[in-house]
Amino acid sequence: MLNIENLHVRAGEREILKGLSLRLEPGKLHAIMGPNGAGKSTRGHVLAGREGYEVTAGTVEFNGQDLLTMEPEERAAAGVFLAFQYPVEIPGVNNTYFLRTALNAQRKARGEVELDAMQFLKLVRQKLQILSLKEDLLHRAVNAGFSGGEKKRNEIFQMAVLEPKLAILDETDSGLDIDALKAVADGVNAQRSPERAFLVITHYQRLLDYIVPDVVHVLADGRIVESGGPELALQLESHGYAWVKDRLSPETA
Amino acid sequence: MSALLDSFAQQYTALPEPLRAAGGLAESRSKALAAALQDGLPAVRAERWRYTPLRALAQRSFRAATGASVDAAMLAHIPAPRLVFVNGWCDRSLSDLNGLAEGVRVESLGRVLHQAHPRDVAWLGRTFAEADETFARLNAALAVEGAVIQLEENVQQTAPLHLVSIGATEAADAAWHLRHLIELRHGAALTVVEHQLAADAHAHFDNTLCHVHLKPGAVLRHVRQQTASEHATLLYRTDAVLAAGAEYRRVDLELGAALSRHELNASLQGEAAAVVSGGAMLADAKRVLDTRLQLDHVARDTRCDLRWRGLASARGKLSFYGGIHIRPGADGTDAQLSNRNLLLSDTAEVNTQPVLVIDADEVKAAHGATVGQLDAQALFYLQSRGILHDEARAMLMQAFLIEVLEVLEDTGIAESLIPVLQSQLARKPSA
Repeated sequence: MLNIENLHVRAGEREILKGLSLRLEPGKLHAIMGPNGAGKSTRGHVLAGREGYEVTAGTVEFNGQDLLTMEPEERAAAGVFLAFQYPVEIPGVNNTYFLRTALNAQRKARGEVELDAMQFLKLVRQKLQILSLKEDLLHRAVNAGFSGGEKKRNEIFQMAVLEPKLAILDETDSGLDIDALKAVADGVNAQRSPERAFLVITHYQRLLDYIVPDVVHVLADGRIVESGGPELALQLESHGYAWVKDRLSPETA
Repeated sequence: MSALLDSFAQQYTALPEPLRAAGGLAESRSKALAAALQDGLPAVRAERWRYTPLRALAQRSFRAATGASVDAAMLAHIPAPRLVFVNGWCDRSLSDLNGLAEGVRVESLGRVLHQAHPRDVAWLGRTFAEADETFARLNAALAVEGAVIQLEENVQQTAPLHLVSIGATEAADAAWHLRHLIELRHGAALTVVEHQLAADAHAHFDNTLCHVHLKPGAVLRHVRQQTASEHATLLYRTDAVLAAGAEYRRVDLELGAALSRHELNASLQGEAAAVVSGGAMLADAKRVLDTRLQLDHVARDTRCDLRWRGLASARGKLSFYGGIHIRPGADGTDAQLSNRNLLLSDTAEVNTQPVLVIDADEVKAAHGATVGQLDAQALFYLQSRGILHDEARAMLMQAFLIEVLEVLEDTGIAESLIPVLQSQLARKPSA
């Protein structure tokens, strides 16, 4: 589904990703861990199509398409979803209106029939129920005045409505207390399916107690230095990231 | 003399004598015209007209509007009570004044003049002393139509009154001068929604002057949605006088016309009078918008809250002047002015000028003016959810402008204005 080969990315003068490779199959959940500044979030942004990054080498293929040549909205329509580390507040734009516009834009791009207001309302009510969210979320402006936990839950709610093929969660656990963390994890787990793949970017192992990954990658200095099963996250937790740094190859260390 | 003034002088000559003399106004009309012709158009250096380009306009001439017929379907979304003007003439067949409460008088100025009681039309005899008040003088000389709206004491008119002014093509470019009066006696309350609409792409000239008189405790909500023809020239001036405890809530949506100048002068003469004014200015394409607010705090404990938003794209040009004068003795005044703008292209222009003059000691006054860009992070956020770039921009522009509707404190009216903003923003993707 997703095939990243030897990806090099610069932001201004700084090279952030230095030859990153990764393959992700449908139904799988991969976690990417790493110290601050390792390039974790950069990767999420590059996949979603944010401006300000220059891809200097490498390829990203998503279901046979060259993702890097696509506009952000084309990537969304193709099934890529990024849950933001810092969801943007947009006062004056109603959450329901925003989501319906987004869903219908994606459906239109895929040649599917757009949903009318009633059909859409039925869909969002169903999703709210699955995620145990209150309906007042629909009537508020997008993330405006939301608490940290509400913003992250709104991201998961959007993911539930948009039903992407690939969901990238960028430090969705940051700034959450344990109850909010569990709520977010429940929301993610409810959406795991054989057709959907997840890339979960996180700094701490804690989230992976609730969202159990198939594969854990350790990202350091712009590339993956170690991959393994869920137990790798536990090793990191006990040894710290210094342990990984020692394992870097001599040329990059 | 400029071609423009020449054509207005001809219009004056062509006014039928009974109409010119109705209400004993013959002398004040002829004096107003003479003053306008003598002082001419506002000079290039006239500070109050600095951002209203008159050079091209001065070379044009306009005939007196004769009226046109428009499709009633244009008004399908505007309920009664409504008073409709087409090219400056009251159209009785399109108007519908059902739904007015007892004690509410709504009449066309044409009819009021016909009845011609001088005391009823004394307000029309006002003189305009300043040399740059050319267009107010022309209105004083030439206006024979408008809306006369009067509410008796404590009358509450709940259904909004719609004032509709439609422009439609005639054989030649035409001009009209509307003169409105909105007068609320003690404790009366009214909502007026003005619609300045275009039946087609005409290039007419509309010079409207509106007087607002609010007696103690009166409350007026006043919306003006300007979606005129993109070739039209509009001048609109409001002079408001507020007595003690009166409240004037006003929203202007400047969304159309080639050139639209709007001047709101409010005098807060009674204690605790309040003006809350919000506006959205959309200067896209080649539109030129000039808004000038002048608040005059005369009495104690008066309040103004001015919240204006502007958006300039393509070759659009918008100017905003927010003047607040707090006179000696107007202690306890609270004056707030905010003007935020988005500049969306290199060829667009925004001028903003807040001016506070404070001659009293104990006052609260604050102003802020900004010019910025669309939030790139918000744009990416919307696009990352699948929303097309142009649509995402339109959503953010709408969100930016929509906040001014809050000044109405009336969600029903505010919501009815959102589709108007939406359709004007969707008109074309702004470069």
